[in-house]
Amino acid sequence: MLHTLFDPFGASHPFIDMRRIQRDMNRLLDGVGTSRHSSTYPPVNFWAGEDSIVMTAELPGLGEDDIELTVQDTMISLRGEFKDQDIDEDVSWHRRERPKGKFFRTVELPFRIDAEHVDARFENGVLTVEMQRPEDEKPKRISIKS
Amino acid sequence: MAQELATQGGRNMTQTNGADTTVEHMFTPAVDIFEKDDTTVILADMPGVASDDVDITLERQVLTLIGRVKNHAPEGYRRLSAEYREGGYTRTFTLSDAVDQDKIKADFKHGTLRLELPRAAEAKPKKITVKAA
Repeated sequence: MLHTLFDPFGASHPFIDMRRIQRDMNRLLDGVGTSRHSSTYPPVNFWAGEDSIVMTAELPGLGEDDIELTVQDTMISLRGEFKDQDIDEDVSWHRRERPKGKFFRTVELPFRIDAEHVDARFENGVLTVEMQRPEDEKPKRISIKS
Repeated sequence: MAQELATQGGRNMTQTNGADTTVEHMFTPAVDIFEKDDTTVILADMPGVASDDVDITLERQVLTLIGRVKNHAPEGYRRLSAEYREGGYTRTFTLSDAVDQDKIKADFKHGTLRLELPRAAEAKPKKITVKAA
């Protein structure tokens, strides 16, 4: 999750740490008040096919049952919670960097999705959702007569 | 218990497959480290890595975690937009010599590596009674 995107000066550059702090602060402030709804966790990638679209998201440590996926018209929603398994009172922490708590994210797609033909897989902590356009809304090729 | 060696930041690793050269980005995985009873537990997030592609090496006291990723593009699809970058993971820690290196347990599930480092028997605190003179 600690994705440092651009590293032109090698690993020891001080700005890397600064950016990290900034992102940690952003994550911290993200949970304040009612900002849950504007949350942009998890980050998603999109892939385009012929008449379909694939969304991927990294959700390491979660199980299939911890993720709730809903599709309606042009909206796809992801909901879930990171649960602490071993956390009891007598644990002493050295580092806590992994994501915590609940998340909810809705993404709007450029077309309607056929809810009957959504294929979702969860493998190695990566969620892959393949969505199809409804049959009657797919663009049709029109032949031009001479 | 587990001191970090390398500074934070990404690294690029060049891989040559045939004609095109792809650069695999190596990220620093997010970790949770805590101590419970006599065991230090390290949890590292490496989404996209298969369990066979996780490499854990322990040389002297230096613990290195490496996770490599295979091609992540869904077949027949082209990239439309990206909010996160895919890549491998690497992070290095120095263990204190108090860890019983033969009893280290590693488990990889759902993209998260769980390492259990039990404290060596001789490192457990011994109670020394002071005799009255």
